[in-house]
Amino acid sequence: MFKTVKISNSLSRKVISIFLIAMTAMVFSSAALSVQSLRGDSALDSDSNKIVKHRVNTVEGGIKRNFKLQPPMIPHTIDKYQITLKNNGCMKCHSEKAYKKEKAPKVGDSHYVDRDGKTLKQVSGRRYFCNQCHAPQTKDNPLVENTFEGI
Amino acid sequence: MGLFSKEGTFKVLFFGFVMGVLFWGGFNTAMEATNQESFCISCHEMRDNVYEEYTETIHYSNRTGVRATCPDCHVPKEWVHKIIRKIKASNELYHKMLGTIDTREKFESKRLQLATNEWKRMLGTDSRECRNCHDFDSMDFDKQESRSSDRHEEAIDNGWTCIECHKGIAHQLPEGYDPADDTPALAENEDD
Repeated sequence: MFKTVKISNSLSRKVISIFLIAMTAMVFSSAALSVQSLRGDSALDSDSNKIVKHRVNTVEGGIKRNFKLQPPMIPHTIDKYQITLKNNGCMKCHSEKAYKKEKAPKVGDSHYVDRDGKTLKQVSGRRYFCNQCHAPQTKDNPLVENTFEGI
Repeated sequence: MGLFSKEGTFKVLFFGFVMGVLFWGGFNTAMEATNQESFCISCHEMRDNVYEEYTETIHYSNRTGVRATCPDCHVPKEWVHKIIRKIKASNELYHKMLGTIDTREKFESKRLQLATNEWKRMLGTDSRECRNCHDFDSMDFDKQESRSSDRHEEAIDNGWTCIECHKGIAHQLPEGYDPADDTPALAENEDD
């Protein structure tokens, strides 16, 4: 009994020490590989890399949909329009009342239907925040290659 | 004897002239002091509400660094109109003392009324304060997006004024105001 305990003791000590060495090796190697400063790879005494500016693309006539039911993308800047709990600036042009005069696309009929299937006079609460689905586009190259073809 | 002599008349005139300069200069200096942004935001009602919102907008921070401060939009430049506005502003001092809008909640509940007042004033003066800087004659429509230039041309043809479309550009819009209901073209349609 005593003997077996002793054997297992020395065995477990060995296992623990191997485990510890492996752990330190892992911590050090992963630290060297993955820890990155938020300011990028530039050295401490040099300036950080210049930020790439993203300019919003203005497209006359709108951006074509890539697939059926895609929320149309916004072909203009939106920084001057407010969407708050009280007002929705997008509605100045895209509402049922104003779209013809403003020559703007109308908010889809589905946006007036609430979750109970009732059609409301105002845009439904669940569709109220336009830029949850609709987004302006910038003039940048795609970050990764994309082979998607529109349908 | 002294006052009615030639010398006396000169003294009185000179005294009057100096006092006139002092009074007028003092008056104008004092009025100019109330026409500074720092004066406007010395009250927390302005600083914490409208000023705070304005710092997020293009009239505060933009590409070229040109700024429109509070009085540039809210106080007329011409003397007569300026004095009238300043006298009317005494009502604002009265309500400052009453504490009519001394919390955010009170301000929000009054916002529609306050904004409507200012919209009415601007409508009445054909957006005079906007036009101190923004002039149709100096606008290059080729540099505008077509959705802007189309509407601006329409505005010139129909005599619309800036504030009819450009509401809530420097501050948040009030509750109870629906942008969808408010385009000058719509108002015209309803008349038809």
